Amino acid sequence: MSAADRPRGRAVVGVAGELLVTAGLLTLLFVVWQLHWTDFTSGRAQAAAVDELQQQWAVAAPATPGPSAPPEQAPAPAAAAAPALDVTPPQGDAFAIVYVPRFGSDYAVPVVEGTATDDLKEGIGHYAGTAMPGQVGNLALAGHRVTYGKPFHLIADLQPGDAVIVATATQWFTYRVQTHEVVRPTRVSVIAPVPDQPGVEPTQAWLTMTACHPMNSARERYVVHALLESVQDRGAGPPASLAPVAGG
Amino acid sequence: MYGWWWRVLPGPWWVRLLLSLLVVAAVVALCFTVVFPAVADRLAINDGTVDGR
Repeated sequence: MSAADRPRGRAVVGVAGELLVTAGLLTLLFVVWQLHWTDFTSGRAQAAAVDELQQQWAVAAPATPGPSAPPEQAPAPAAAAAPALDVTPPQGDAFAIVYVPRFGSDYAVPVVEGTATDDLKEGIGHYAGTAMPGQVGNLALAGHRVTYGKPFHLIADLQPGDAVIVATATQWFTYRVQTHEVVRPTRVSVIAPVPDQPGVEPTQAWLTMTACHPMNSARERYVVHALLESVQDRGAGPPASLAPVAGG
Repeated sequence: MYGWWWRVLPGPWWVRLLLSLLVVAAVVALCFTVVFPAVADRLAINDGTVDGR
């Protein structure tokens, strides 16, 4: 090695060191962005989506309908303004709001059709082809446990008997948590019409929530199953199941 | 690298600092809006869905 090579060698090592430091800073920045920034932006967008849905529903069906009007004689235009539940909305559209008193009294997250990566940034995703709110079968929902608003952040806190309330344009559906399980990501039978019993004809209305497990990992899935307890018209006001839970 | 960057910038030190901060801000903005979202969708460390794949 000549004397002239030594400074150049040092310069190369110096640049390499600076590049490594830069890469480290960018990685840290990515973690901050993923864990906090996406949470902030998606959380704000999801809250706005909830407000928008509530306004749409308030316009489509005023909270105090005439008590004398029997449901059989509801005029057709009203039905058109409030879509029937068995009509699947276009992918990416928000069509319901989920309330979970265990997650806090201010918890309200929109449900969008589809579970693609982009859908789950908009809120809780409804698995395509699974039951709609209140239907017999399995209303299957996926949500982030961390990042992008983290709607299912506290999914492991749910206990049997806890209420999961799904609000649509016309009704409130109260589901009660029954069981939970931790499964491999390939276990699609958890969202079968009868959970974990693929091929069996459903007779009850289930709700299944899936989120990643353990937190910050995609190795497994945390799955919660709930059963429909009651249905209430929107005009009757919020259900009693929305009441805050002790310690929640 | 950073020494070279500082030497090629024109003007007094506070102009160089201002230019450097502007470039840093632009890089962060590009990362937040384009680079990180693309990287995150490929990593999928937060996938919460079940599927047959």
